[in-house]
Amino acid sequence: MSSARTLLVPVDALPELSVNEWRHDLAATLRAGGRVVTMFGKSNDDRVVVTAIVERVSELTPLRTVVERDVGYHSLTPEFPSLHSFERELHEQADLRVVGHPWLKPIRFERSGPKGRDGYPFYEIRGKEVHEVAVGPIHAGVIEPGSFRFMCHGEQVRHLEIHLGYQHRGVEKLLLARAPDKLAPLVETIAGDTSIAHTWAYATALEALADKAVPYEIDAARGVMLELERVGMHLSTLAGLAADVGFLQGASTYGRLRTTAIHTSMRLSGSRFGRGAIRPLGIGVKLESRPDLPATANSAFTTADLRRHLKLLSDDTAIIDDRFLSSATVQHRLMGVGTLSSALAREIGLVGVAARASDVPCDLRAGAGGVYEHHPIETVVEPAGDCWARARVRIGEVARSLAWLGSVTDALSPWNSTQARVGSLLPRHLVVSMIEGFRGEVVHALETDSAGRLTHYKVQDPSFRNWLGLALAVRENEISDFPICNKSFDLSYCGSDL
Amino acid sequence: MLKALRVRASQGTQFITDLRKAVPLGFRGRPRISATPCNGCDACVSACPTNAIALDPVRMDLGRCVFCPECVEACPEGKIAFSPETRMGARTREGLVVAEGTERIDPVATSKELVSMFGRSLRLRQVSAGGCNGCELELNAVSNVNFDLQRFGIEWVASPRHADGLVLTGPLTKNMADAVRLAWDAVPDPRFVVAFGACAISGGLYADSPSVDRSFFEDVAPVLYVPGCPPHPLTFVHAILDLLGIA
Repeated sequence: MSSARTLLVPVDALPELSVNEWRHDLAATLRAGGRVVTMFGKSNDDRVVVTAIVERVSELTPLRTVVERDVGYHSLTPEFPSLHSFERELHEQADLRVVGHPWLKPIRFERSGPKGRDGYPFYEIRGKEVHEVAVGPIHAGVIEPGSFRFMCHGEQVRHLEIHLGYQHRGVEKLLLARAPDKLAPLVETIAGDTSIAHTWAYATALEALADKAVPYEIDAARGVMLELERVGMHLSTLAGLAADVGFLQGASTYGRLRTTAIHTSMRLSGSRFGRGAIRPLGIGVKLESRPDLPATANSAFTTADLRRHLKLLSDDTAIIDDRFLSSATVQHRLMGVGTLSSALAREIGLVGVAARASDVPCDLRAGAGGVYEHHPIETVVEPAGDCWARARVRIGEVARSLAWLGSVTDALSPWNSTQARVGSLLPRHLVVSMIEGFRGEVVHALETDSAGRLTHYKVQDPSFRNWLGLALAVRENEISDFPICNKSFDLSYCGSDL
Repeated sequence: MLKALRVRASQGTQFITDLRKAVPLGFRGRPRISATPCNGCDACVSACPTNAIALDPVRMDLGRCVFCPECVEACPEGKIAFSPETRMGARTREGLVVAEGTERIDPVATSKELVSMFGRSLRLRQVSAGGCNGCELELNAVSNVNFDLQRFGIEWVASPRHADGLVLTGPLTKNMADAVRLAWDAVPDPRFVVAFGACAISGGLYADSPSVDRSFFEDVAPVLYVPGCPPHPLTFVHAILDLLGIA
């Protein structure tokens, strides 16, 4: 059993619900405490096939309906705000009429382009003391672009509207334009810092469609790369947070520890971002078990080296964590800033680190199969929902991932790159695969036609759901605290913009 | 205070003393095309996701290459191998082509003009136009405690107004096309552009995407190309230091 969560169903076995039944089932699921994992539409002349993947308890169920494009359906967002982004995307991608959506704004300007972007209908607050601050798309740092519009009263942010789409590169279209088993290099750049999680989701989906499974060793190797990615990126976020509050010792120490983490990925896979590490039915990682091997220029990376890297990371993160968490500067700047209540986090469907920092214990690794079944990893949850909580979740997860990596390494046999032919894909099947990336759940949904060709590829980075969390978290905060709020979420622009 | 000292002791000395001699072990960098005869089977060409490989003789365009292992695995003759060498930058697109038998690595030609203007102090503004955060993270890493490019007077600035040059990442999306031009217009003369990463140099994996608009490069030619996906910080270090005749 693989670590990834998957759902594979023959398309012909999917009951085609009437629009009313579909809305009713969806609403009933959500009212009963279930959630929507993803929702997407596929245009078919003047009709749109809409599929929602819902999670009831821990079971994934697809709900499918066909909607007349111009007739549309009544938006579910007013009752269930967690669906707001999915419905906006449906409207934008499939040109589907969604009636009564309170915020039916473009997401990526996929069809309208720069003209649509320039005419973006910003929310406005009027009043004598109210002013707006526009930031972006280019920000004052070496980061990706996005536009932020703050509605302020004095220094206080009353509302922040985030409009993205600047990074839209047409990923989903390109995924359908190329051979399905050759998509890994492209998938690795969907969100370049989440290469492992996205490629794992892609590989799992393809393996399910090819009706093939990978051996435990491959699953374990993927797990090691995923946790290294998590450690590296959490350390990167912590370095950024430390820099943003002027705690320079934290910035430089977390920064150099990240170097060690990503160098470990590089020694295993040839890339600091794990590019090339995961392929459908294969891995591109190399680990040898020769403790006697001298450390020369062309020497291999051994399990002893891996253990040494992990020990250094564990020892030294513990030292800087202790200093970071007890520093008055850090506490003063992060505590009580950018708070998102647990109720709000659930209502808007937050996932990943941001959700766990608001007391929502969602983590796909809990209860997963494969390597996470043999080596369980405990979910880190913090109750406060502020920047401090998001930092603490990251600190806790780095420690647990390092301990997990240690226990997996002890049970490891050496690895070598392996690959196998994917072969033909099951015709008329829908597959959904989910992996807990460092930001949260990465979801890929693929569908094949009667010849086994891909007809749909839906990519969902956790950032897509979480940007609204940032917008709500900065309300009633000082505008000067925006950078730390933003860094504490550390979301992906390109992952959301596709 | 004691905690701060413990952190300081654990930190030790992290900067790479001689960046020119640093070799990132295990890194999939500059490809080497061996003299093994090519049987012309085309496997590498069709395995390449960015059309970076041409045959007769076998050559690779590092401006397109995303340094994935597909061609190495595809070639039955074992003709292509990646080395941990990070020196790959060039002043021209042609300079990025690696062919069979080109074992010698020429440094990036020093620009006398740029040396006289920026040789002792260079301020750069990075603009991402569809970059996946791989290039952005590596450009951030250039100024971290390990690579510490500031030691040569080269620093990132927050505004194009304060910059001597732009470093562009990403394939240049349509939705960023005008922002890139605005940023370029805001850089005071004399100024220049660096293309960082396969996406910026050639469009990379997104070269044939309808959501990309690369017309900016028709008007402004980069003075420096830094290949990789993403490029290693050392690739940038070597290229920019060569260009400015430093160290």
